[in-house]
Amino acid sequence: MSSSFKQGIHPRYKEELTWQKPLQKAQIPEKVIIPLQQHIGAPCSPLVQKGDKVQKGQKIGDTEGFVSAPVHASISGQVKEIKEIRLPTGERGQAAVIESENCRAKESLEQLKIPFDPESAAPEEIRSIIREAGITGMGGAMFPTHVKLNIPENKDIEYFILNGAECEPYLTVDERVMMEWTEEIIQGMKYIMSALKVKKGIVAIEDNKQEAIKIFRDIAADEEQIEVKVFKTKYPQGGERMLIKAALDREVPEGGLPLDVGVVVNNVLTAASVCRALKEGMPLIERPVCVTGEALEEPGNYIARIGTPIKDLIEQAGGFKSKPGKVIVGGPMMGVAQPDLEAPLIKGSSGILALPRDLVEVSAPLSCIRCARCVDACPMHLMPTKLMNFVKEDMIEKAEAMKLESCIECGCCSYVCPSRIPLVHYFRLGKAELQARKRDKDE
Amino acid sequence: MNNNDLDHLLVESSPHIKDEDSVKKIMWTVNLALVPAVVFAIFHFGFRTIGIVSVSILGAVLTEYIFLYFREQENSLLDGSAVLTGLLLALTLPPGFPLWGVFLGSFVAIALGKQVFGGLGHNPFNPALVGRAFLLAAYPVLMTTWEIEGMTSATPLNLMKMEGIATDYWQLFMGNIGGSLGETSSAALLLGAAILIYKGYLNWRIPCGMIGTVLLTTAVFGSDPLFHLFSGSLILGAFFMATDMVTSPVTKKGRWIFGTGAGLIVVIIRLWGGYPEGVMYGILLMNTTVPLLDRYTRPRVLGEER
Repeated sequence: MSSSFKQGIHPRYKEELTWQKPLQKAQIPEKVIIPLQQHIGAPCSPLVQKGDKVQKGQKIGDTEGFVSAPVHASISGQVKEIKEIRLPTGERGQAAVIESENCRAKESLEQLKIPFDPESAAPEEIRSIIREAGITGMGGAMFPTHVKLNIPENKDIEYFILNGAECEPYLTVDERVMMEWTEEIIQGMKYIMSALKVKKGIVAIEDNKQEAIKIFRDIAADEEQIEVKVFKTKYPQGGERMLIKAALDREVPEGGLPLDVGVVVNNVLTAASVCRALKEGMPLIERPVCVTGEALEEPGNYIARIGTPIKDLIEQAGGFKSKPGKVIVGGPMMGVAQPDLEAPLIKGSSGILALPRDLVEVSAPLSCIRCARCVDACPMHLMPTKLMNFVKEDMIEKAEAMKLESCIECGCCSYVCPSRIPLVHYFRLGKAELQARKRDKDE
Repeated sequence: MNNNDLDHLLVESSPHIKDEDSVKKIMWTVNLALVPAVVFAIFHFGFRTIGIVSVSILGAVLTEYIFLYFREQENSLLDGSAVLTGLLLALTLPPGFPLWGVFLGSFVAIALGKQVFGGLGHNPFNPALVGRAFLLAAYPVLMTTWEIEGMTSATPLNLMKMEGIATDYWQLFMGNIGGSLGETSSAALLLGAAILIYKGYLNWRIPCGMIGTVLLTTAVFGSDPLFHLFSGSLILGAFFMATDMVTSPVTKKGRWIFGTGAGLIVVIIRLWGGYPEGVMYGILLMNTTVPLLDRYTRPRVLGEER
């Protein structure tokens, strides 16, 4: 019996487009665009200037800020410029543009220096390498991993959950990585667990990934500290709060973090990157990404350099088969629609999704008919229809009292709304408004 | 890659995929779920049924059109909601009710029950029941005349209340009895309701609460629960009117309370009130409590202190 959280939705998953396609190396781009901020927290300052030669793996941006992660050159070449660009998240930020001088030449990697044996390293040593490697959460949120693993002294961590519940429809990279990089993931998980000093590790997988479950069960059979748990295929099963509820029946408190209930959650890819950093001295300069959607000729799972322009990846997937209606970075539920294909792949981009025009529905929202589908779908047990009215009528305090800030923006409410009301969009606006008001108050 | 291909990339906020169900699809499916009851009524009461149903739907759609025209929203005319109101109203009328009265009732249902509040989604009361309440107040005799040519039958509730005569269960269930067009065959109504529950278009908690309460309280007060279940408009009301999305609570707990409250009012009226039937009042009175119920039954948010 697979366990789960309450409510949520069952969208059409469409993994059949790519789940059987093995990871393959994408062509190394001639030009990469490396944003100086690819994480939650303080942006990096550039460590290189226009005209500098850089080597693959060389650190090109860093900052003193604690909540931050450095960025590295993902190809060898010359820095052409440092300019403001539009990030795939829709925000704007500085980025270093690097052009390869001779992309056919064999590139050598500037490795991280690891002055200790990772097998017996102290937690702070492990964290320092994770930081130097620029590792952030790779499931989408991009929270710096070394910060996540730095537990305040008054908190006890009991469980580490490895998040392999890839619940966004269409996306299959986590699934492929679990099938192909199993040992690296388990090794990374062990490093993380020793950094956290926890003895109980849970590998969380959704029950639509049967092959991955089998492989993990085989390997974990020899591992005393690691248990494989299978969860119902339901969106958003991979949300931290949902996963912790389903796995341990613990509820992360309002405004709190998983560590408040003794849990740390990391994505499978993050664990794999931790392993590669500690074992091979490899900074985070490439990541697997699912390039998929019905508008593409050959959807597949590719290992691409960070900073690769989206349009190169679309070409890699055979280009467009039909006119695209939408190109999304991330999954269809929480990803960001792109106005063009210029933005680069960043550390948290798990998918590039091209939907054909006929799958992109444009319809004006109708009045709410109070069908309560949003209330029944919300995995946080909010009342979206009420919240929407309060945000719309500018009664933001009432929305706050009804826990607007607990919204995880998963999009279940908008997905099920038969009146096509963009509920979660209102909640993003409402949350931004609330934060702005709180800032004004503080000043 | 041709750059012209990218001219029309749509940029909007996530999610980028939507469920297939729309307001239109839901409303028309509910209409379809009432077809068995209409077909049964045609067999049972004859072709006059077709007249009443058509006039009622026509009146509702026409009234809706006038309002939508002035609001410049004509394209939502066929969202199925006005048709549903007309159809539901028709099913609550006696088979011999005059057609001009049917038209008047459906006009009131849409105009005063729905559009004056701002149209679909904004009305506090079930529009079809507003129409029926108006007709019952304006034409009490016509509304309680069940005899039509070839059939002289009072409703089972009437027989029970006024003369103490019980009707056979099987006849009640199959609908071989007197009554409003849509309230006689429980079997036909339940078939439609089952389809809606299967499709997820019907909040099962409301009918469960309402019918459960009626069964329980009638039993406690020494009345026959099964008789109360299958006679009158309890099944029509509990499954198709109390569950009207616009006028029922959005929370699970709220739906239970709403259904239970409506059931209680039905029993109070049936057992001790002046009227033989109380489903309409049960639902209309509980409609008034919906904003309060929604407010005080907010579910505990995940992670919120207990």
